[in-house]
Amino acid sequence: MTASAARILPLALCDVRFAAGGRELIDGVSTEIGAGPATIILGANGAGKSVLMRLMHGLLQPTSGAIAWQSADTERVRRGQAMVFQRPVMLRRSVLANVLYALDLARVPAAEREHQALDALREVGLAEVARRPARVLSGGEQQRLALARAWALHPEVLFLDEPTANLDPSATREIETVIKAFDASGTKIVMATHNLGQARRLGDEVLFIHQGRLVERAPVDEFFRQPSSAEAAAFIRGELPWF
Amino acid sequence: MPSLAHALLEAFGLIAAGDATLGRIVALSLAVSLSAVVLATALGLPLGAAIAVGRFPGRRVLIIVLNALMGLPPVVVGLVVYLLLSRAGPLGELGLLFTPPAMVIAQTILIMPIIAALCRQAVEDAWLEYEEQLRSLGSSGLHAALTLVWDIRFSLVTVVLAGLGRALAEVGAVIIVGGNIDGVTRVMTTTIALETSKGDLPLALSLGLVLIALVVLLNATAQLIKEAAQRRYG
Repeated sequence: MTASAARILPLALCDVRFAAGGRELIDGVSTEIGAGPATIILGANGAGKSVLMRLMHGLLQPTSGAIAWQSADTERVRRGQAMVFQRPVMLRRSVLANVLYALDLARVPAAEREHQALDALREVGLAEVARRPARVLSGGEQQRLALARAWALHPEVLFLDEPTANLDPSATREIETVIKAFDASGTKIVMATHNLGQARRLGDEVLFIHQGRLVERAPVDEFFRQPSSAEAAAFIRGELPWF
Repeated sequence: MPSLAHALLEAFGLIAAGDATLGRIVALSLAVSLSAVVLATALGLPLGAAIAVGRFPGRRVLIIVLNALMGLPPVVVGLVVYLLLSRAGPLGELGLLFTPPAMVIAQTILIMPIIAALCRQAVEDAWLEYEEQLRSLGSSGLHAALTLVWDIRFSLVTVVLAGLGRALAEVGAVIIVGGNIDGVTRVMTTTIALETSKGDLPLALSLGLVLIALVVLLNATAQLIKEAAQRRYG
Protein backbone atom coordinates (compact mmCIF):
# COMPACT_ATOMS: atom_id res chain seq x y z
CA MET A 1 0.00 0.00 0.00
CA THR A 2 1.41 3.38 -0.97
CA ALA A 3 1.40 6.30 1.40
CA SER A 4 -1.31 8.14 -0.50
CA ALA A 5 -3.56 5.10 -0.64
CA ALA A 6 -3.32 4.87 3.14
CA ARG A 7 -4.68 8.36 3.65
CA ILE A 8 -8.35 9.05 4.20
CA LEU A 9 -8.25 12.65 2.94
CA PRO A 10 -9.48 14.37 0.89
CA LEU A 11 -13.06 14.50 2.08
CA ALA A 12 -15.59 15.38 -0.61
CA LEU A 13 -19.03 16.87 0.11
CA CYS A 14 -21.47 16.87 -2.79
CA ASP A 15 -24.67 18.91 -2.47
CA VAL A 16 -25.03 17.91 1.17
CA ARG A 17 -28.33 18.77 2.79
CA PHE A 18 -29.51 18.19 6.32
CA ALA A 19 -32.97 18.96 7.60
CA ALA A 20 -34.35 18.61 11.10
CA GLY A 21 -37.64 19.75 12.54
CA GLY A 22 -38.75 21.03 9.14
CA ARG A 23 -35.76 23.37 8.83
CA GLU A 24 -32.92 23.08 6.35
CA LEU A 25 -29.92 23.36 8.65
CA ILE A 26 -27.44 22.57 5.88
CA ASP A 27 -28.61 23.68 2.48
CA GLY A 28 -26.63 22.21 -0.40
CA VAL A 29 -22.97 22.36 0.60
CA SER A 30 -20.42 21.11 -1.92
CA THR A 31 -16.74 21.36 -1.16
CA GLU A 32 -13.58 19.36 -0.69
CA ILE A 33 -11.45 19.23 2.45
CA GLY A 34 -7.89 18.31 1.58
CA ALA A 35 -4.79 17.61 3.63
CA GLY A 36 -2.64 20.59 4.55
CA PRO A 37 -4.10 23.96 5.51
CA ALA A 38 -5.89 24.36 8.82
CA THR A 39 -9.52 24.89 7.89
CA ILE A 40 -11.72 27.20 9.93
CA ILE A 41 -15.48 26.87 9.61
CA LEU A 42 -16.62 30.36 10.43
CA GLY A 43 -20.10 31.69 10.92
CA ALA A 44 -22.57 33.15 13.39
CA ASN A 45 -24.28 31.06 16.05
CA GLY A 46 -26.92 28.93 14.36
CA ALA A 47 -25.31 29.20 10.91
CA GLY A 48 -24.83 25.43 10.77
CA LYS A 49 -21.11 25.09 11.62
CA SER A 50 -21.56 22.37 14.22
CA VAL A 51 -24.04 20.46 12.09
CA LEU A 52 -21.71 20.59 9.10
CA MET A 53 -18.84 19.31 11.20
CA ARG A 54 -20.97 16.47 12.64
CA LEU A 55 -21.94 15.48 9.11
CA MET A 56 -18.26 15.37 8.11
CA HIS A 57 -17.35 13.36 11.21
CA GLY A 58 -20.20 10.92 10.59
CA LEU A 59 -22.20 11.67 13.74
CA LEU A 60 -25.09 12.81 11.53
CA GLN A 61 -26.25 11.39 8.23
CA PRO A 62 -27.15 13.87 5.47
CA THR A 63 -30.79 14.06 4.39
CA SER A 64 -29.50 14.08 0.82
CA GLY A 65 -26.19 14.46 -0.97
CA ALA A 66 -22.97 12.55 -0.50
CA ILE A 67 -20.04 12.71 1.90
CA ALA A 68 -17.10 10.59 0.81
CA TRP A 69 -13.58 10.10 2.08
CA GLN A 70 -10.88 9.04 -0.33
CA SER A 71 -10.52 5.74 1.47
CA ALA A 72 -13.42 3.32 1.18
CA ASP A 73 -12.22 1.37 4.23
CA THR A 74 -14.79 2.42 6.85
CA GLU A 75 -12.74 1.20 9.81
CA ARG A 76 -9.71 3.12 8.58
CA VAL A 77 -11.86 6.22 8.00
CA ARG A 78 -13.28 6.00 11.52
CA ARG A 79 -9.87 5.67 13.15
CA GLY A 80 -8.37 8.35 10.94
CA GLN A 81 -10.43 11.07 12.63
CA ALA A 82 -11.10 12.43 16.08
CA MET A 83 -13.33 15.17 17.41
CA VAL A 84 -13.11 17.58 20.32
CA PHE A 85 -16.44 19.03 21.41
CA GLN A 86 -17.40 22.36 22.92
CA ARG A 87 -18.17 20.63 26.21
CA PRO A 88 -15.75 17.79 26.83
CA VAL A 89 -17.35 14.62 28.20
CA MET A 90 -15.04 12.90 30.66
CA LEU A 91 -15.67 9.45 32.05
CA ARG A 92 -15.69 8.98 35.84
CA ARG A 93 -12.26 7.46 35.95
CA SER A 94 -8.71 8.73 36.05
CA VAL A 95 -7.22 11.15 33.54
CA LEU A 96 -4.99 8.36 32.22
CA ALA A 97 -7.89 5.88 32.05
CA ASN A 98 -9.85 8.33 29.89
CA VAL A 99 -7.07 8.28 27.31
CA LEU A 100 -6.62 4.51 27.62
CA TYR A 101 -10.35 4.06 26.97
CA ALA A 102 -9.99 5.78 23.59
CA LEU A 103 -6.88 3.77 22.72
CA ASP A 104 -8.66 0.54 23.58
CA LEU A 105 -11.50 1.45 21.21
CA ALA A 106 -8.95 2.27 18.52
CA ARG A 107 -7.56 -1.28 18.97
CA VAL A 108 -4.11 -0.08 19.97
CA PRO A 109 -2.22 -3.14 21.34
CA ALA A 110 -2.48 -3.24 25.14
CA ALA A 111 1.28 -3.14 25.63
CA GLU A 112 1.59 0.20 23.84
CA ARG A 113 -1.43 1.97 25.30
CA GLU A 114 0.00 3.34 28.53
CA HIS A 115 3.14 4.63 26.86
CA GLN A 116 1.12 6.31 24.12
CA ALA A 117 -1.36 7.78 26.60
CA LEU A 118 1.33 9.25 28.83
CA ASP A 119 3.04 10.75 25.79
CA ALA A 120 -0.20 12.47 24.85
CA LEU A 121 -0.75 13.74 28.41
CA ARG A 122 2.78 15.16 28.46
CA GLU A 123 2.05 16.92 25.19
CA VAL A 124 -0.86 18.84 26.74
CA GLY A 125 0.82 19.31 30.12
CA LEU A 126 -1.34 16.93 32.12
CA ALA A 127 1.21 14.18 32.87
CA GLU A 128 1.38 15.33 36.51
CA VAL A 129 -2.31 14.68 37.09
CA ALA A 130 -2.54 11.40 35.15
CA ARG A 131 -3.81 9.48 38.19
CA ARG A 132 -6.37 12.04 39.30
CA PRO A 133 -10.07 11.61 38.52
CA ALA A 134 -10.85 13.37 35.24
CA ARG A 135 -14.09 14.93 36.46
CA VAL A 136 -12.40 17.02 39.15
CA LEU A 137 -10.18 18.84 36.62
CA SER A 138 -11.00 22.43 35.71
CA GLY A 139 -12.84 23.19 32.47
CA GLY A 140 -9.62 24.17 30.70
CA GLU A 141 -7.83 21.05 31.93
CA GLN A 142 -10.72 18.85 30.83
CA GLN A 143 -10.56 20.37 27.37
CA ARG A 144 -6.80 19.73 27.26
CA LEU A 145 -7.52 16.16 28.30
CA ALA A 146 -9.99 15.92 25.40
CA LEU A 147 -7.16 17.07 23.15
CA ALA A 148 -4.77 14.52 24.69
CA ARG A 149 -7.36 11.81 24.09
CA ALA A 150 -7.43 12.87 20.44
CA TRP A 151 -3.64 13.25 20.27
CA ALA A 152 -3.05 9.71 21.51
CA LEU A 153 -5.09 8.42 18.57
CA HIS A 154 -2.79 10.14 16.04
CA PRO A 155 -5.71 11.04 13.80
CA GLU A 156 -5.21 12.23 10.27
CA VAL A 157 -8.04 14.75 10.75
CA LEU A 158 -9.00 16.50 13.96
CA PHE A 159 -12.42 18.16 14.15
CA LEU A 160 -12.81 20.85 16.80
CA ASP A 161 -16.23 22.32 17.59
CA GLU A 162 -15.80 25.68 19.33
CA PRO A 163 -13.26 24.13 21.70
CA THR A 164 -12.67 27.31 23.68
CA ALA A 165 -16.20 28.76 23.76
CA ASN A 166 -16.62 27.98 27.48
CA LEU A 167 -13.09 28.87 28.59
CA ASP A 168 -11.36 31.92 30.05
CA PRO A 169 -8.58 33.68 28.10
CA SER A 170 -5.65 31.88 29.72
CA ALA A 171 -7.21 28.44 29.24
CA THR A 172 -8.04 29.47 25.68
CA ARG A 173 -4.38 30.29 25.03
CA GLU A 174 -3.31 26.88 26.34
CA ILE A 175 -5.82 25.12 24.10
CA GLU A 176 -4.72 27.13 21.08
CA THR A 177 -1.09 26.20 21.75
CA VAL A 178 -2.00 22.52 21.69
CA ILE A 179 -4.04 22.96 18.50
CA LYS A 180 -1.02 24.63 16.86
CA ALA A 181 1.13 21.66 17.91
CA PHE A 182 -1.41 19.33 16.31
CA ASP A 183 -1.23 21.40 13.14
CA ALA A 184 2.59 21.37 13.18
CA SER A 185 2.64 17.60 13.61
CA GLY A 186 0.80 17.21 10.31
CA THR A 187 -2.73 16.58 11.58
CA LYS A 188 -5.37 18.21 9.44
CA ILE A 189 -7.29 20.73 11.58
CA VAL A 190 -10.95 21.44 10.88
CA MET A 191 -12.29 23.85 13.48
CA ALA A 192 -15.64 25.57 13.89
CA THR A 193 -15.57 28.93 15.61
CA HIS A 194 -17.35 32.26 15.63
CA ASN A 195 -14.29 33.94 17.14
CA LEU A 196 -12.58 36.03 14.48
CA GLY A 197 -9.33 36.40 16.43
CA GLN A 198 -9.07 32.66 16.88
CA ALA A 199 -9.78 32.08 13.19
CA ARG A 200 -6.89 34.41 12.31
CA ARG A 201 -4.52 32.87 14.87
CA LEU A 202 -5.12 29.23 13.99
CA GLY A 203 -6.50 29.09 10.48
CA ASP A 204 -4.98 28.92 7.02
CA GLU A 205 -8.27 29.01 5.17
CA VAL A 206 -11.84 29.93 6.00
CA LEU A 207 -15.11 28.29 5.03
CA PHE A 208 -17.75 30.90 5.78
CA ILE A 209 -21.19 29.45 6.53
CA HIS A 210 -24.34 31.56 6.51
CA GLN A 211 -27.81 30.11 7.06
CA GLY A 212 -26.68 26.59 6.21
CA ARG A 213 -24.98 27.55 2.96
CA LEU A 214 -21.27 27.72 2.16
CA VAL A 215 -21.04 31.34 1.12
CA GLU A 216 -17.33 31.80 0.75
CA ARG A 217 -14.07 29.88 0.90
CA ALA A 218 -10.79 31.77 0.95
CA PRO A 219 -7.32 31.87 2.50
CA VAL A 220 -7.47 33.53 5.92
CA ASP A 221 -5.61 36.73 4.97
CA GLU A 222 -7.69 37.27 1.89
CA PHE A 223 -10.93 36.50 3.71
CA PHE A 224 -10.32 39.13 6.34
CA ARG A 225 -8.78 41.70 3.99
CA GLN A 226 -11.28 41.47 1.21
CA PRO A 227 -14.28 39.17 1.76
CA SER A 228 -16.03 38.53 -1.54
CA SER A 229 -19.53 38.09 -0.15
CA ALA A 230 -21.67 40.73 1.49
CA GLU A 231 -22.60 38.32 4.33
CA ALA A 232 -18.95 37.67 5.19
CA ALA A 233 -18.14 41.36 5.04
CA ALA A 234 -21.04 42.08 7.39
CA PHE A 235 -19.98 39.29 9.75
CA ILE A 236 -16.44 40.62 9.92
CA ARG A 237 -17.71 44.11 10.64
CA GLY A 238 -19.76 42.56 13.42
CA GLU A 239 -23.01 43.59 11.86
CA LEU A 240 -24.47 40.17 11.32
CA PRO A 241 -27.46 39.57 13.57
CA TRP A 242 -26.70 37.01 16.29
CA PHE A 243 -29.25 34.33 16.78
CA MET B 1 -55.14 -5.96 74.45
CA PRO B 2 -51.71 -4.73 75.50
CA SER B 3 -50.91 -1.09 74.91
CA LEU B 4 -48.45 0.01 72.22
CA ALA B 5 -46.06 1.20 74.91
CA HIS B 6 -46.17 -2.14 76.64
CA ALA B 7 -45.57 -4.04 73.39
CA LEU B 8 -42.71 -1.71 72.50
CA LEU B 9 -41.06 -2.28 75.87
CA GLU B 10 -41.24 -6.05 75.46
CA ALA B 11 -39.99 -5.72 71.89
CA PHE B 12 -36.88 -3.86 73.02
CA GLY B 13 -36.39 -6.53 75.64
CA LEU B 14 -36.38 -9.26 72.99
CA ILE B 15 -33.95 -7.35 70.79
CA ALA B 16 -31.65 -6.53 73.74
CA ALA B 17 -31.64 -10.16 74.87
CA GLY B 18 -30.41 -11.22 71.43
CA ASP B 19 -33.26 -13.73 71.09
CA ALA B 20 -32.03 -16.68 68.99
CA THR B 21 -35.28 -17.17 67.06
CA LEU B 22 -35.34 -13.49 66.27
CA GLY B 23 -31.72 -13.69 65.03
CA ARG B 24 -32.46 -16.64 62.74
CA ILE B 25 -35.45 -14.91 61.21
CA VAL B 26 -33.52 -11.69 60.60
CA ALA B 27 -30.57 -13.61 59.09
CA LEU B 28 -32.83 -15.55 56.69
CA SER B 29 -34.60 -12.34 55.65
CA LEU B 30 -31.28 -10.73 54.80
CA ALA B 31 -29.94 -13.81 53.02
CA VAL B 32 -33.04 -14.17 50.82
CA SER B 33 -33.45 -10.49 49.95
CA LEU B 34 -29.76 -9.76 49.39
CA SER B 35 -29.46 -12.83 47.13
CA ALA B 36 -32.48 -11.65 45.17
CA VAL B 37 -30.97 -8.15 44.86
CA VAL B 38 -27.67 -9.55 43.58
CA LEU B 39 -29.44 -11.68 40.97
CA ALA B 40 -31.88 -8.95 39.96
CA THR B 41 -29.02 -6.45 39.66
CA ALA B 42 -26.96 -8.82 37.52
CA LEU B 43 -29.93 -9.28 35.19
CA GLY B 44 -31.61 -5.89 35.45
CA LEU B 45 -28.73 -3.48 34.96
CA PRO B 46 -27.53 -4.91 31.61
CA LEU B 47 -31.14 -5.27 30.43
CA GLY B 48 -32.02 -1.68 31.37
CA ALA B 49 -28.82 -0.32 29.81
CA ALA B 50 -29.34 -2.29 26.60
CA ILE B 51 -32.88 -0.94 26.22
CA ALA B 52 -31.64 2.59 26.94
CA VAL B 53 -28.96 2.54 24.25
CA GLY B 54 -30.57 0.18 21.74
CA ARG B 55 -32.92 1.14 18.92
CA PHE B 56 -35.16 -1.72 17.87
CA PRO B 57 -38.81 -2.32 16.94
CA GLY B 58 -41.06 -2.67 19.94
CA ARG B 59 -38.76 -0.66 22.17
CA ARG B 60 -41.46 1.73 23.36
CA VAL B 61 -43.82 -1.12 24.17
CA LEU B 62 -41.04 -2.85 26.08
CA ILE B 63 -40.35 0.29 28.11
CA ILE B 64 -44.04 0.65 28.98
CA VAL B 65 -44.25 -3.01 29.98
CA LEU B 66 -41.08 -2.76 32.05
CA ASN B 67 -42.32 0.36 33.83
CA ALA B 68 -45.67 -1.32 34.48
CA LEU B 69 -43.93 -4.40 35.91
CA MET B 70 -42.49 -2.19 38.67
CA GLY B 71 -45.94 -2.38 40.14
CA LEU B 72 -46.18 -6.19 40.04
CA PRO B 73 -48.30 -7.36 42.97
CA PRO B 74 -46.11 -9.62 45.14
CA VAL B 75 -48.92 -12.13 45.72
CA VAL B 76 -49.34 -12.59 41.98
CA VAL B 77 -45.62 -13.20 41.54
CA GLY B 78 -45.81 -15.62 44.45
CA LEU B 79 -48.74 -17.43 42.89
CA VAL B 80 -47.04 -17.79 39.49
CA VAL B 81 -43.79 -19.04 41.02
CA TYR B 82 -45.84 -21.36 43.22
CA LEU B 83 -47.53 -22.86 40.16
CA LEU B 84 -44.18 -23.23 38.39
CA LEU B 85 -42.50 -24.93 41.34
CA SER B 86 -45.39 -27.01 42.66
CA ARG B 87 -45.13 -30.77 42.29
CA ALA B 88 -47.33 -30.78 39.17
CA GLY B 89 -45.70 -27.65 37.72
CA PRO B 90 -43.08 -27.53 34.96
CA LEU B 91 -40.25 -27.02 37.48
CA GLY B 92 -41.74 -29.28 40.15
CA GLU B 93 -38.96 -31.85 39.81
CA LEU B 94 -36.49 -29.38 41.29
CA GLY B 95 -38.27 -29.71 44.63
CA LEU B 96 -37.74 -26.04 45.45
CA LEU B 97 -41.19 -25.14 46.73
CA PHE B 98 -41.21 -24.08 50.39
CA THR B 99 -37.43 -23.59 50.44
CA PRO B 100 -35.40 -20.35 50.65
CA PRO B 101 -34.28 -20.68 46.97
CA ALA B 102 -37.94 -20.49 45.93
CA MET B 103 -38.22 -17.23 47.91
CA VAL B 104 -35.12 -15.88 46.20
CA ILE B 105 -36.59 -16.72 42.77
CA ALA B 106 -39.86 -14.98 43.58
CA GLN B 107 -38.19 -11.84 44.92
CA THR B 108 -35.80 -11.73 41.96
CA ILE B 109 -38.76 -11.73 39.56
CA LEU B 110 -40.42 -9.07 41.68
CA ILE B 111 -37.54 -6.58 41.80
CA MET B 112 -35.73 -7.22 38.51
CA PRO B 113 -38.20 -4.98 36.62
CA ILE B 114 -37.71 -2.21 39.19
CA ILE B 115 -33.95 -2.27 38.77
CA ALA B 116 -34.13 -2.60 34.97
CA ALA B 117 -36.70 0.18 34.53
CA LEU B 118 -34.93 2.68 36.80
CA CYS B 119 -31.56 1.78 35.25
CA ARG B 120 -33.03 2.26 31.78
CA GLN B 121 -34.10 5.79 32.66
CA ALA B 122 -30.78 6.71 34.29
CA VAL B 123 -28.69 5.33 31.42
CA GLU B 124 -30.91 7.00 28.84
CA ASP B 125 -30.42 10.38 30.54
CA ALA B 126 -26.65 9.84 30.59
CA TRP B 127 -26.68 8.70 26.95
CA LEU B 128 -27.98 12.14 25.93
CA GLU B 129 -24.85 13.69 27.41
CA TYR B 130 -22.33 11.04 26.30
CA GLU B 131 -23.66 9.84 22.95
CA GLU B 132 -21.68 12.04 20.56
CA GLN B 133 -18.43 11.63 22.47
CA LEU B 134 -18.76 7.86 22.71
CA ARG B 135 -19.78 7.45 19.09
CA SER B 136 -16.90 9.68 18.05
CA LEU B 137 -14.52 7.40 19.95
CA GLY B 138 -16.12 4.37 18.29
CA SER B 139 -18.20 3.04 21.17
CA SER B 140 -21.78 1.98 20.50
CA GLY B 141 -24.26 -0.75 21.37
CA LEU B 142 -23.37 -3.03 24.25
CA HIS B 143 -19.94 -1.46 24.72
CA ALA B 144 -21.50 1.99 25.14
CA ALA B 145 -24.17 0.58 27.46
CA LEU B 146 -21.57 -0.96 29.77
CA THR B 147 -19.47 2.22 29.69
CA LEU B 148 -22.52 4.23 30.79
CA VAL B 149 -23.48 1.79 33.54
CA TRP B 150 -19.99 2.00 34.99
CA ASP B 151 -19.90 5.78 34.65
CA ILE B 152 -23.20 6.38 36.45
CA ARG B 153 -22.50 3.65 39.02
CA PHE B 154 -23.07 6.05 41.92
CA SER B 155 -26.57 6.91 40.72
CA LEU B 156 -27.29 3.23 40.20
CA VAL B 157 -26.66 2.59 43.89
CA THR B 158 -30.01 4.27 44.53
CA VAL B 159 -31.62 2.04 41.90
CA VAL B 160 -30.33 -1.08 43.62
CA LEU B 161 -31.49 0.25 46.99
CA ALA B 162 -35.00 0.68 45.60
CA GLY B 163 -34.94 -3.01 44.72
CA LEU B 164 -33.59 -3.99 48.11
CA GLY B 165 -36.26 -1.98 49.90
CA ARG B 166 -38.99 -3.69 47.93
CA ALA B 167 -37.51 -7.15 48.57
CA LEU B 168 -37.12 -6.70 52.33
CA ALA B 169 -40.55 -5.20 52.73
CA GLU B 170 -42.70 -7.57 50.68
CA VAL B 171 -44.64 -10.37 52.29
CA GLY B 172 -47.03 -11.66 49.63
CA ALA B 173 -44.56 -13.54 47.43
CA VAL B 174 -42.42 -15.15 50.11
CA ILE B 175 -45.35 -16.32 52.19
CA ILE B 176 -46.83 -18.19 49.21
CA VAL B 177 -43.68 -19.84 47.86
CA GLY B 178 -41.93 -20.17 51.24
CA GLY B 179 -44.92 -21.31 53.25
CA ASN B 180 -43.76 -19.50 56.40
CA ILE B 181 -42.33 -22.72 57.87
CA ASP B 182 -40.88 -22.18 61.34
CA GLY B 183 -37.08 -22.36 61.24
CA VAL B 184 -36.98 -22.98 57.49
CA THR B 185 -38.68 -20.25 55.48
CA ARG B 186 -39.89 -17.85 58.13
CA VAL B 187 -38.66 -14.32 57.46
CA MET B 188 -39.35 -10.99 59.16
CA THR B 189 -42.38 -9.93 57.17
CA THR B 190 -44.10 -13.32 57.22
CA THR B 191 -43.48 -13.60 60.96
CA ILE B 192 -44.92 -10.17 61.58
CA ALA B 193 -48.05 -11.14 59.67
CA LEU B 194 -48.36 -14.43 61.53
CA GLU B 195 -47.61 -13.16 65.04
CA THR B 196 -49.94 -10.22 64.63
CA SER B 197 -52.80 -12.55 63.75
CA LYS B 198 -51.84 -14.79 66.69
CA GLY B 199 -51.76 -11.79 68.99
CA ASP B 200 -48.04 -11.94 69.89
CA LEU B 201 -47.59 -8.26 69.37
CA PRO B 202 -44.20 -7.84 71.13
CA LEU B 203 -42.47 -10.28 68.75
CA ALA B 204 -44.24 -8.77 65.73
CA LEU B 205 -43.34 -5.28 66.83
CA SER B 206 -39.72 -6.12 67.62
CA LEU B 207 -39.34 -7.62 64.16
CA GLY B 208 -40.91 -4.52 62.69
CA LEU B 209 -38.40 -2.36 64.51
CA VAL B 210 -35.48 -4.51 63.39
CA LEU B 211 -36.77 -4.44 59.82
CA ILE B 212 -36.99 -0.66 59.75
CA ALA B 213 -33.61 -0.29 61.45
CA LEU B 214 -32.01 -2.62 58.92
CA VAL B 215 -33.46 -0.75 55.97
CA VAL B 216 -32.22 2.55 57.39
CA LEU B 217 -28.79 1.09 58.13
CA LEU B 218 -28.36 -0.41 54.66
CA ASN B 219 -29.46 2.82 53.01
CA ALA B 220 -27.22 4.95 55.20
CA THR B 221 -24.20 2.77 54.44
CA ALA B 222 -24.88 2.85 50.73
CA GLN B 223 -25.36 6.62 50.81
CA LEU B 224 -22.10 7.18 52.69
CA ILE B 225 -20.17 4.97 50.26
CA LYS B 226 -21.79 6.76 47.35
CA GLU B 227 -20.95 10.22 48.71
CA ALA B 228 -17.35 9.28 49.43
CA ALA B 229 -16.91 7.81 45.97
CA GLN B 230 -18.56 10.83 44.37
CA ARG B 231 -16.20 13.20 46.15
CA ARG B 232 -13.34 11.06 44.94
CA TYR B 233 -14.38 10.68 41.30
CA GLY B 234 -16.48 13.77 40.68
